[in-house]
Amino acid sequence: MTPERLDVRKTYKLFVGGAFPRSESGRSYPIHDGKGQVLARAARASRKDLREAVRAARAAWRGWSEATASNRGQILYRVAELMEGRADQFAHELAGQGTRRPEREVTAAIDRWVWYAGWSDKVHHVVGTVNPVAGPYFDFTFPEPTGVVGLVAPEQPALLGLVSRLAPIIVSGNTAVVVASEGTPLPAITLAEVLATSDVPGGVVNVLTGHKKELVPWLAGHMDVNAIDLTGVPDHLVPEVEATAAENVKRTIRDGSPDFFSEAAQSPYAVSAFMEMKTVWHPMGA
Amino acid sequence: MTDQLEQATDQKPRRAAPWEYAPAPEAKDIVTIRPRYGLFIGGRFVEPRSGRYFETVSPSTEQRLAQVAEAGKEDVDAAVKAARQAWEERWRNLPGRERAKYLYRIARALQDRSREFAVLESMDGGKPIKESRDVDLPLAAAHFFYYAGWADKLDYAFPGRVARPLGVAGQVIPWNFPLLMAAWKLAPALACGNTAVLKPAETTPLTALLLAQVIQEVDLPPGVVNIVTGAGETGAALVAHPGVDKVAFTGSTEVGKVIRRVVAGTGKRLTLELGGKAANIVFDDAPLDQAVEGVVNGIYFNQGHVCCAGSRLFVQESVFELLLEKLKERLQTLRVGDPLDKNTDVGAINSREQLEKIEELVGSGIEEGAEIYQPECVLPERGFWFRPTLFTGVSQSHRIAREEIFGPVLSILTFRTPDEALEKANNTPYGLSAGVWTEKGSRILWMTQRLRAGVVWANTFNRFDPSSPFGGYKESGFGREGGLHGLEPYLDFDRANGRRR
Repeated sequence: MTPERLDVRKTYKLFVGGAFPRSESGRSYPIHDGKGQVLARAARASRKDLREAVRAARAAWRGWSEATASNRGQILYRVAELMEGRADQFAHELAGQGTRRPEREVTAAIDRWVWYAGWSDKVHHVVGTVNPVAGPYFDFTFPEPTGVVGLVAPEQPALLGLVSRLAPIIVSGNTAVVVASEGTPLPAITLAEVLATSDVPGGVVNVLTGHKKELVPWLAGHMDVNAIDLTGVPDHLVPEVEATAAENVKRTIRDGSPDFFSEAAQSPYAVSAFMEMKTVWHPMGA
Repeated sequence: MTDQLEQATDQKPRRAAPWEYAPAPEAKDIVTIRPRYGLFIGGRFVEPRSGRYFETVSPSTEQRLAQVAEAGKEDVDAAVKAARQAWEERWRNLPGRERAKYLYRIARALQDRSREFAVLESMDGGKPIKESRDVDLPLAAAHFFYYAGWADKLDYAFPGRVARPLGVAGQVIPWNFPLLMAAWKLAPALACGNTAVLKPAETTPLTALLLAQVIQEVDLPPGVVNIVTGAGETGAALVAHPGVDKVAFTGSTEVGKVIRRVVAGTGKRLTLELGGKAANIVFDDAPLDQAVEGVVNGIYFNQGHVCCAGSRLFVQESVFELLLEKLKERLQTLRVGDPLDKNTDVGAINSREQLEKIEELVGSGIEEGAEIYQPECVLPERGFWFRPTLFTGVSQSHRIAREEIFGPVLSILTFRTPDEALEKANNTPYGLSAGVWTEKGSRILWMTQRLRAGVVWANTFNRFDPSSPFGGYKESGFGREGGLHGLEPYLDFDRANGRRR
């Protein structure tokens, strides 16, 4: 009789610049299962980790924003392929943390990712315009990515909520610094492992786990973050965060979807919300 | 500093202006200015509850033009309530085609009375009549005309989205294009079914108050547009008022940030059109004479009181000397003086306060080691004036290369490669506009794609049109005005689609 095999447990770390570092602070916090037992420990990111993540996101911005829209679409579609392969693991982690019907959430998240991937080379058709100005000029307006976007992920549903907000941010060429669901951070790290093994360049998505109240004010105040998604910011913190975001005139977006499972939670306007409109004038003449 | 300024102006022009101009003043008698203006609330001019009035002065003569009511908190409250009532009882239930007709009426009335408005604009704000007549007025009328047509077509504007009006818009506008900014704010707000409370700038309230008279004449339902005059406190009361659903602000980045903080956490929708430090980039293959005209238009148009002014000129090294020579020559032919003179190119600085700000920044330019050039020209004795000015030997760290001067002051820098031009052009917290001058089409598109600015003019500058979206990247603000995109800030997509705001 062979002895019972001891399983190899995963260490959940941060995802910054394509690598998986621990928090420089050396801290972690316990993640419990539905019965109050410790399931794992997640890294408790510090301000310094956040700054490193912003730096990585900025470094990745040029390459990612200048990739062709078609290329970004294919890279993101590939992410969905890999998520499908990890579906059981996602479901297992969600179930472990007390999520009911985890398979439903996982398939919804994969489908949402595919839906957004397809917008990479189409959102321009929906929100771009050619402007009939009164004069001999060719005048047109098209959307461009805003830059580095901070995403405070919704607490629940931990995977679907994250995917529903992250995919529209990066599909247009933005790079992201994610503060994961504080209570249910494990799916975010597993998604990071998917991204790390996909063709998404390192630094395009950076994932921090930890205490929102420690991280969000610094994300809101960071001068090299262009926009912030406040969907996962608790209501009572929103005024402070929006006020802090004024320092460099950050765009602040908050999704008001009542139900992430509904189709109303997906929209090309969630993509354009993190884009800037550029208008170009060019004279016409022989 | 004074010595250096004198030295700079002592330089003899290379070529004297080829001819003299006789005065050609536009007649003022087309304008009737009331001695005193109340607040425009609920369709009537009313005395301010604050009991306070302030004076609006002509910056070209320093003459007092009129007394204007200063709206206090209670007045702002009355205006917001009037707007709310008009929205609930009338405006939001009016079919789009009827809203459209009111806007068309306003557009037509502006065209009918365009000269009157233009003269008043130049008297109150100091801008050359040539510009108020040929730019501000036609564009203001066109803006109402353009958005009028959207009022009954909103279902086609945003595919897949149900759009509803937001309610009451609180709008705070600047003094550089007083009537035009009022049009930019009011036309889309009303077309989308909102009512508005507009706060004009304290130095230039008169054309907004004349617009109020037009609004009475076209029978716009009372309370749909309310105009509260005053200074910063009035604006602060408006943006902080809980009855306002949407705040729109055009002005400085500094005040924009304050407003952002005030609005934080309230759920009010917000758009900000803030400052700029635009790069105008001239490559060595550009048609230089055209570029010179574009550079001059870019920075000296409206005395440089333009948020998208091309205040940083980047010239490719190989043509720097030649372009500078042409530019200096051109500056000598600019006529500075009476805004009402039809030949005037550069009018009066809008206020003493602004003049002092320009002088302070120009002083810093000299102190930090840049070389100043100003053409010889005689400035009127009274009023607020500043010579068209350019600086060479400017480095990126100089204040005149970083801070918005909002005056007729150009900072010239050089570059060697397109990459260097881009790097320097984007090296600013602002991102409102940019210009590119080159004959090479592929380079224009390469540059426009990489310039972090909301409007890029290629081989032209300072063009505006109601169908063309305008607005900034980065600290130049967010939201667009003009075009299809100018509708979005005034529509509620959330409640209509079952989302919380």
